[in-house]
Amino acid sequence: MTSPRRRWDQQEYFRGVPTTPYDLIKEVAIALVVMLVVVLALAAVLSSPDVPPLTLQSWARTAPLDFVKTATAELQGATLSSSYGPPYNRGTGSLQTLGPLAPELWAGVHQPVDAAVTDVLAPLRVASVGVPGLGAALNRFEKASVPQQDAWLVSYTRALGHAQLINAQPVVPHAAYGPLETMMRALLTQARSGGLDALLVRSGHFYQTDYTRALLFLGDGGYLAAVAAQQHLLGTQWGVMNETGRYPGQAWLWLYTLWYQIPPYNTAQNADLLVILTMGFLTTLLLLTPFIPGLRDIPRWIPLYRLIWREHYRFVRESTLPRGGSD
Amino acid sequence: MTDPDSGPAPGPETSADSAPTANRSWTLRLRNYVLRELPPEHLLPEREPAYLGSWVYVFGVVTIAALVLVIASGVVLSFFGPQWWQVSPQGHFVNSIHFWSVQMFFIFMVLHLWGQFFAASWRDGRATTWMIGMVVFLVSLVTAFTGYVAQQNFDSQWIALNAKDAVNATGAGAFFNPLNFGQMYGLHILLFPLMVTGLVVLHIIWVRRRGVVKPIELTPQP
Repeated sequence: MTSPRRRWDQQEYFRGVPTTPYDLIKEVAIALVVMLVVVLALAAVLSSPDVPPLTLQSWARTAPLDFVKTATAELQGATLSSSYGPPYNRGTGSLQTLGPLAPELWAGVHQPVDAAVTDVLAPLRVASVGVPGLGAALNRFEKASVPQQDAWLVSYTRALGHAQLINAQPVVPHAAYGPLETMMRALLTQARSGGLDALLVRSGHFYQTDYTRALLFLGDGGYLAAVAAQQHLLGTQWGVMNETGRYPGQAWLWLYTLWYQIPPYNTAQNADLLVILTMGFLTTLLLLTPFIPGLRDIPRWIPLYRLIWREHYRFVRESTLPRGGSD
Repeated sequence: MTDPDSGPAPGPETSADSAPTANRSWTLRLRNYVLRELPPEHLLPEREPAYLGSWVYVFGVVTIAALVLVIASGVVLSFFGPQWWQVSPQGHFVNSIHFWSVQMFFIFMVLHLWGQFFAASWRDGRATTWMIGMVVFLVSLVTAFTGYVAQQNFDSQWIALNAKDAVNATGAGAFFNPLNFGQMYGLHILLFPLMVTGLVVLHIIWVRRRGVVKPIELTPQP
């Protein structure tokens, strides 16, 4: 017969330990008042970060050439989102694996994004209503063979390299790019009007809260990254733990961000997966510290506890000195 | 012998049927368990060991104070809706309170975590308390992340676009989409705050159950 497990007894554990009056609720109340004063002062004096979001409209107005180049690349399937892979499509551009470990593939496609259709062809189809010239250009592009489309896109992309901005309008040298000039001019006009912002969050329902397609399109261009670089938010600038302006960001992510700055993580194709696995491993170690010999002994090796309980150790030392003793 | 007119006997020892009834009563068993594990004098003590007079014990209490302000300011923000703080000076001020409360919450939570680490506070049967605290930290990270991407400003756009790659790399992108404002906002104002608050309450209960661990030299092993 086994004996019952011995019950924890707090009185027994603390027997002989000197105690002192302690008002827990009063301490919490004082902490709350002090914290409220500190936070109110910080909020009143320093406010909080408030850089407005970018829009497709502001992108098309501020950096029209970047907008047109990105839209053309979406048609070519040459952007990050158009070839991303799960959960957006079946590409492999951002697929990250480690040996047989391929969680993205296992999870599959859950937010389908066909960037060429979503970002360019579908919005142009809406804009073509009542605009015969655009409708004809769109029909010509969609009915052309894939090699013909590719030839137009290559030619137009090359021509965009020599484009000039005249009156804030990209002017592209003439070449054999078929209907693309008409299409891209129309898309730029639609974006500048703000219409494209609305079309990319359209879901077929009245209410919308999903910005996946609009953000992916915005992220494919260079405009967003240029603004982020000005705000020191790039990955190479430890951006994950930074905030816009001069505000503190997510400083608690310093270790997570650190890995992206050093080899082999900073050159790895699967850096995100490696960093997540590394952080998962380290977090598990910290979680299970009480059970890991060596790790749980660190507080003894680095005796900061002598500082933490400095008063207690002084009290113990003084109370164990012989009466009348001076050393 | 009990008086037949005096009604039900008050205690189990005075009634022939009450002992088996008490054993079957979930309510009574729960009450007995709670009173046994966490008697009121342990939950709200009027005396504590003298070694608690150290600055390191302040960090936990201050973290809780910051959490109260995070939740209070968050309730106001959620009441007026996600656009309010961007279009009204009052809303922006409440958002600033929320922002700085979150900063304070994390600063003192991290100080509390490292303070307890170097005190080896998992000793003497307190490993569960340590692990609950760690889970609070991890869930708080995810809660803060969903808040950052639900702000509807440039930070939200940039953080969401960059974070999606790490989320997708784990396969979690299939059901957790940082680019979906509705999903992030819903999680940020309901599920994750409930988890953080619940886990903090559990952490406090576990601390009170065992009391605060003794200084290192008074125990044989950390």
